[in-house]
Amino acid sequence: MFVNLQSGIQQVVLSMIRMQNVRFLSYSFLFFLTFLCASITEVTASENRHASEKVSSDTTFLHDEDLIVEQEFNAGKMIMEHVVDNHEWHIATVGHAHITIPLPVILLYDGKVYAFWSSKFHNDTHSYKGFILEHGKIRAVTESAKTVYDFSITKTVLAILFSCFLLMWIFISVANRYKRNPKSAPKGIQSLLEPLIIFIRDDIAKSSIGEKKYEKYMPYLLTLFFFIFLNNLLGIIPIFPGGANVTGNIAVTMVMAVFTLILTTINGNKHYWVDIVNTPGVPWWLKIPIPLMPVVEIIGIITKPFVLMVRLFANMAAGHIIVLGFVSLIFIFGSISAALGYGVSIVSVAFIVFMDLLEILVAFIQAYVFTLLSALYFGLATIETEHH
Amino acid sequence: MELITPGLGLIFWMALPFLILLLILKKFAWKPILKALKDRETSIHEALHAADRAKEEMKQLQFSNEELLRQAKEERDAILSDARKVRDAIIEESKEQAKEEGYRIIASAKESIENEKMAAMTDLKNQLAALSLEIATKILEHELADPKKQEAFVNQQMDKIHFN
Repeated sequence: MFVNLQSGIQQVVLSMIRMQNVRFLSYSFLFFLTFLCASITEVTASENRHASEKVSSDTTFLHDEDLIVEQEFNAGKMIMEHVVDNHEWHIATVGHAHITIPLPVILLYDGKVYAFWSSKFHNDTHSYKGFILEHGKIRAVTESAKTVYDFSITKTVLAILFSCFLLMWIFISVANRYKRNPKSAPKGIQSLLEPLIIFIRDDIAKSSIGEKKYEKYMPYLLTLFFFIFLNNLLGIIPIFPGGANVTGNIAVTMVMAVFTLILTTINGNKHYWVDIVNTPGVPWWLKIPIPLMPVVEIIGIITKPFVLMVRLFANMAAGHIIVLGFVSLIFIFGSISAALGYGVSIVSVAFIVFMDLLEILVAFIQAYVFTLLSALYFGLATIETEHH
Repeated sequence: MELITPGLGLIFWMALPFLILLLILKKFAWKPILKALKDRETSIHEALHAADRAKEEMKQLQFSNEELLRQAKEERDAILSDARKVRDAIIEESKEQAKEEGYRIIASAKESIENEKMAAMTDLKNQLAALSLEIATKILEHELADPKKQEAFVNQQMDKIHFN
């Protein structure tokens, strides 16, 4: 697996060198630059916000009733707010003005659909149409047994939609180039994506599923890989439309894991199910009086996608938390003394840059691992019975 | 706790766009891309294969050319040696013939020389006889010009003849 990865990276690097595509290099350079600038922007933006909070707490007479002012910086709260989903997309705070993108709230409650902008909730205590947004959750003001089904276009949903459109735009334009010049050498973004597509086809699909059946799973594996990879990368960019913690959200990874589970289950052949019910190479007493092994195997069906879900979610969420932790350090030290805050900010920024670079690697590895393991599960489900 | 609780709305909004994305990309992106890649690979593979085959054919051709050349050389050598043999035979034969002819010519020459010689000898003899007769005639004319002498001679001759 590691050899595969290495050879894959080598392929990518080699193809970059081979193509000698100056444009490609400038793309990657620009990308690096953007994201470096952006990570610094996030730091300074948070710094600004904090500074403004400081100022506003000192000058109490300026306070609006609706404006919540944190008296003390709470790192855990701040990190959680950034990592979890949100009903609005906060970009920056300049002075007292929060620059946020209000997002549509769609609620299903008591058989009725409610739709309005999230900006209608001004704060945690302000209710609108009988609903209240409290700690990121919408609930009915009147306590009742009926649950509020929240189908809002949240920050994560918007990021998902954005990445879907981006993926469509990129890949359909690349596909059109393939259609127009089917025999010519790849150019531009095509030369960046082609090694990845070939890598997924040859080193993931063909080697895990087999030469005969891999083609059927290619669209899913490619979509999966590029969706995860793009969202991982967008998650590193701290400014809108990036910065949403899409792949670090357990609902998102759950959906992908469930898709893998469904595909594995519906494509499982006789051999696959026989192995689950009657596991070969296991003593009979583990199967006959109490069906211990079958139970373990059936649990295994669920644990495989469960592990997929948790791995991606935990890795991406952890990356975000670490970066935010370094940002928080600045404010924790800054609240002790301003000079200390500035001093620590140098170290923090350096660590954030390092973490972000690491996250680029993790973005690729996690997308690769999720795709590879999905392919392996498909391969296991469709393995041919070997007759000797 | 919210971090590890999947929200219902988000599950819905993830599943639906992801499915749509999957279907759209499958139809408009992955199919043409994978097809183009496969086509390109097969065409490259075929081209390489064809090149290999051409190389092999060239080798075969070269080999057969060499074979042909070798055969031609052998044939030439055979023809040359045959020609040499024929030439030698012809030379030998003509030599023989020439020799025979020579002998024949020499023989006939000898014969004719002999004949000539004989003719010459006969001629000489005849001439000699004629000359002798002439001389004898002249001598006799001269000797026997005087009738006395003629008488003496006849007597002399008569003496020699002994009658029985």
